[in-house]
Amino acid sequence: MFKILKYSFFDLTRSRWAYIYTAFFFLFTVSLLWLSGGMSKVVISLMNVILVLVPLIATMFGVMYYYNSREFTELLLAQPIRRTTIFFGQYLGLALSLSISLLLGVGLPFVLYGIFGSPEVWNFMMLLIVGVFLSFIFSAIAFFIALRNENHIKGFGLAILVWLFFAVIYDGLFLLALSLFSDYPLEQFAIGASMFNPIDLSRVLILLKLDISALMGFTGAVIQKFLGTALGMAVSLTVLSVWVILPAWGIRRVANHKDF
Amino acid sequence: MRNIITIAVLCLFGGLKAEARTITVCPSCSFSGIKQALAAAVEGDVILIKKGEYQEGNIIVEKPVTLRGEGFPVLDGQNEAEVLTITANNVVVEGLDIRNVGASYLEDRAGIRVRKAKGFSIRNNRLNNTFFGIYLEHSASGAITGNKIFGEAVQEMSSGNAIHLWYCKDILVENNHVRGHRDGIYLEFVDNSKIRSNISEYNLRYGLHFMFSNNDDYFRNTFRRNGAGVAVMFSRQINMWENKFEYNWGQASYGLLLKEIYDAEIRDNTFRENTIGIYVEGSNRLQYRRNEFIRNGWAIKMSGGCLDNIVTANNFLNNTFDLSLNSAANNNTFDGNYWSSYNGYDLNRDGTGDVPYQPVKLFNYIVNRTPEAMVLLRSLFVDLLNFSERVSPVFTPANVADNRPLMRQLAFKR
Repeated sequence: MFKILKYSFFDLTRSRWAYIYTAFFFLFTVSLLWLSGGMSKVVISLMNVILVLVPLIATMFGVMYYYNSREFTELLLAQPIRRTTIFFGQYLGLALSLSISLLLGVGLPFVLYGIFGSPEVWNFMMLLIVGVFLSFIFSAIAFFIALRNENHIKGFGLAILVWLFFAVIYDGLFLLALSLFSDYPLEQFAIGASMFNPIDLSRVLILLKLDISALMGFTGAVIQKFLGTALGMAVSLTVLSVWVILPAWGIRRVANHKDF
Repeated sequence: MRNIITIAVLCLFGGLKAEARTITVCPSCSFSGIKQALAAAVEGDVILIKKGEYQEGNIIVEKPVTLRGEGFPVLDGQNEAEVLTITANNVVVEGLDIRNVGASYLEDRAGIRVRKAKGFSIRNNRLNNTFFGIYLEHSASGAITGNKIFGEAVQEMSSGNAIHLWYCKDILVENNHVRGHRDGIYLEFVDNSKIRSNISEYNLRYGLHFMFSNNDDYFRNTFRRNGAGVAVMFSRQINMWENKFEYNWGQASYGLLLKEIYDAEIRDNTFRENTIGIYVEGSNRLQYRRNEFIRNGWAIKMSGGCLDNIVTANNFLNNTFDLSLNSAANNNTFDGNYWSSYNGYDLNRDGTGDVPYQPVKLFNYIVNRTPEAMVLLRSLFVDLLNFSERVSPVFTPANVADNRPLMRQLAFKR
């Protein structure tokens, strides 16, 4: 598996898109740091971008990469290698290259700017951790969808729909539910509902780090009490890991039964 | 015997009575205690207290004298008693280090209490761990300047205020540094007084607390990291100028609370990183000018019938919400401010935007109705909602708008 991972990884890091992706984050972060003095503000602006773009790019890249490397996959399938090894190798190679693009693009400007001497360092770390998690989650989902659909158009469409659902539609339904049942105590529901969407969970985690919990009034207090503790942090990181494992398990299942 | 000596001393200096005598107190002097010296003193005398520790319980000053400390002599209440009680006019207290009054649930003990007196001056003292620091009741025409009052308050119930004024007139409170009490400075029924250049921080409840006090000014104070900031309630004609309200951050915190305030002027203040910059309830005819709101949760939150207020020439910089109103009816004016989240244009280059800015966002409106929706803060969906609402307002009050939003940030010299 490691050999395939290595192969996929180097294949991707040589591709133009990886450079563009890295360069985009690098330039974006540099210009943000340049324009606004405070690091905490940059972290917030970056959060908005990372929460929207990282899942989108990971989804698109995942689907694209699967379809593009199909011939290579077929070649590998003809060899005496386990199927899970092939697909996990490819998936991990993709997710790793995306994560490294993100880490380099965002991390480098901050390091040059001197993040390690500032109190924002933990918020920044949280941002990177969340970004890496999102890369892994959404590229796994994309791989899963691509594996399920031979039809490229259908695969792309579904992947975009899934991204749209988690990025926008889910929050709309969430808000609708909140205002429909506003007569009931909804704090527990709010925490539960944000657990079921990796993007929401990531956002809440960063916002809590940035001390916006005080803004959230009573809801904020409840959330802070749950997620702000070491236990809550462990729980939410576990939930994010589950979000990686679930589609990965899906990949394994489909890969083992699929007739190529 | 002592009385005879006192009388002898009095006779000796009898001829010089017009001039102030100085009575020196030190542990090894003939006057080894402050009470003893006070008993011997007459009007206008200076009691010079040398460095040392004095544990004399409650010292009552009934004569118009000056108590002057040299090298900060320590007056220790040993957690059992009020230290200084002043009941005479024209008393000066300076350079003392007053300690350990001790909390009491039965009486409001203080480090220095002034009761029904005029013309006092309490300056450059240090008060540590005094239940109430300086407590004025029914007093007038005095000054409290340059004191450092540090407490160790943990609970609101069992703590007192650093500077507590009750039924007072014409008082000057200046250059004091207060910390760690229930309220930093507390005024109740205090008229015509000035609170200037004080620093009030780390108090459990309010940095400054006004109740039923009229015609007062507070200028150039700094209120930092207090439980809830500054509260001004049920008072008229209060001028709030050039203060700093900083880092009052917490679930129920705000920089400044205004409740039932009329005709006040709030200008040249800086509100930095408070959960709510100014929280206004039922206050009319207020003017907000040249204030700076930087990175607050809400810059201004108005509720419960605020009428005829004018908000103009302020900077609103990077607040999560610039303004929150809970009623649709509005006759307040918000013209001519700089809003960092304004993204209109200025074609005729007159320095003001051509499109009105609406400081109340749709998400704001939603959060007012269902506070739990705050979980969705900064999500893409909410940004889209706000955008579509801005393009065609349906829910947010259309008349709450800045019709002349400034294109450039106002430059204030602070």
